[in-house]
Amino acid sequence: MTATRADAAAIAGAVPDPELRVVTIGELGIVRGAEQAEDGHVVVTITPTYSGCPAMDAIRDDIRSALAAAGYADVEVKTVLSPAWSTDMITESGWAALERTGIAAPGPSGTPTCPRCGHQGRPTPVLQISRYASTPCQSLWSCRSCLEPFNAIKKL
Amino acid sequence: MSEVATEVELLGLGDDALIAAQRLAEWVSRAPTLEEDVALANIALDQLGAARMLLAAVGDEDELAYRRDDHQFRNCLLAELPLGPGRGDLDFGWTMSWLLMLSAAQLLRYTDLAGGSDEQAAAIGAKAVKESTYHLDHARQWMLRLGGGTEESQRRVQQGLDGLWPYGHELTEGIRDRWLAIVEPVLAEAGLKRPDDRWRPGGGRDGRHTEHLSYLLAEMQSLHRAHPGAQW
Ligand SMILES: [Zn+2]
Repeated sequence: MTATRADAAAIAGAVPDPELRVVTIGELGIVRGAEQAEDGHVVVTITPTYSGCPAMDAIRDDIRSALAAAGYADVEVKTVLSPAWSTDMITESGWAALERTGIAAPGPSGTPTCPRCGHQGRPTPVLQISRYASTPCQSLWSCRSCLEPFNAIKKL
Repeated sequence: MSEVATEVELLGLGDDALIAAQRLAEWVSRAPTLEEDVALANIALDQLGAARMLLAAVGDEDELAYRRDDHQFRNCLLAELPLGPGRGDLDFGWTMSWLLMLSAAQLLRYTDLAGGSDEQAAAIGAKAVKESTYHLDHARQWMLRLGGGTEESQRRVQQGLDGLWPYGHELTEGIRDRWLAIVEPVLAEAGLKRPDDRWRPGGGRDGRHTEHLSYLLAEMQSLHRAHPGAQW
């Protein structure tokens, strides 16, 4: 099989996020691209969601293993900071996958819609319990309509 | 601030973030609620992330974090102070006063970096600015709650503010007016008294630190120094 440059980017992008397993790092906007040199050397460029994101090392390892499994022997993973990652870089399919597991989008006004019952916070509120949750990129909410707690991605 | 961020500036900011991360980590498993535990751990993690970017921009991050002695650190004194009235104390009101002061200054410094002409420093600043905004907001929300809470909560947050305020001068050198424009309205809204400007301890940027940094570094560096290059 002859692999092309687009393949390398697609393979890297298809790696599941180590913390939010339902989305890929491509859908989260973590993979910026991949370049392959004449000699076969592949450089995958990624960007951290949060600067202290503890998953970055796992992500680098997972990219290397995924590409190795596809026949790319010589892979380098480069981290860039600019332009800084933002929630706008999450793709539509990424948002949909997150929502299916009960993780809400931040919502245009900053108040998320309850992913369990679809309640939008009026007149019964959707309350923020904590602006930090199980990962740095999420906050914790409580829906006062269905009474369930849920996580939402923080706007960044 | 000058157009081009100097190595000294980046090192100072990196050390502020590194030492602050180590301080904040003391709260892990001890915060008043589980949500707050997670919040403080995440803020510590953000600080560590910013520290790693800043230190890597001026040298080898591990060498800088683990192999320097007290007098080689360039953090401001505020970052190294205990998060309570005395060594080993952990006081939540005190900590929120500390976080308000620190994160307001970091937000301004990172904003300046982001607008500067050094490409790498600008990228770091732009990244860190977003996180600092959250830290500042977190501290602000707590200042309002504690200041407007019980007599006890107000007493303790005010005590922290009074104890830490003098160290704000070194923290805000060159950005004092802009910093006050952020901090003063929070204090006013929280019903807290802005402490008077009296003594102005400093010297951290020149490597003259309090004994608190020695204890902090002993804990932070001991493993790496005993087992250089240790990984797990
Ligand atoms: Zn609901």
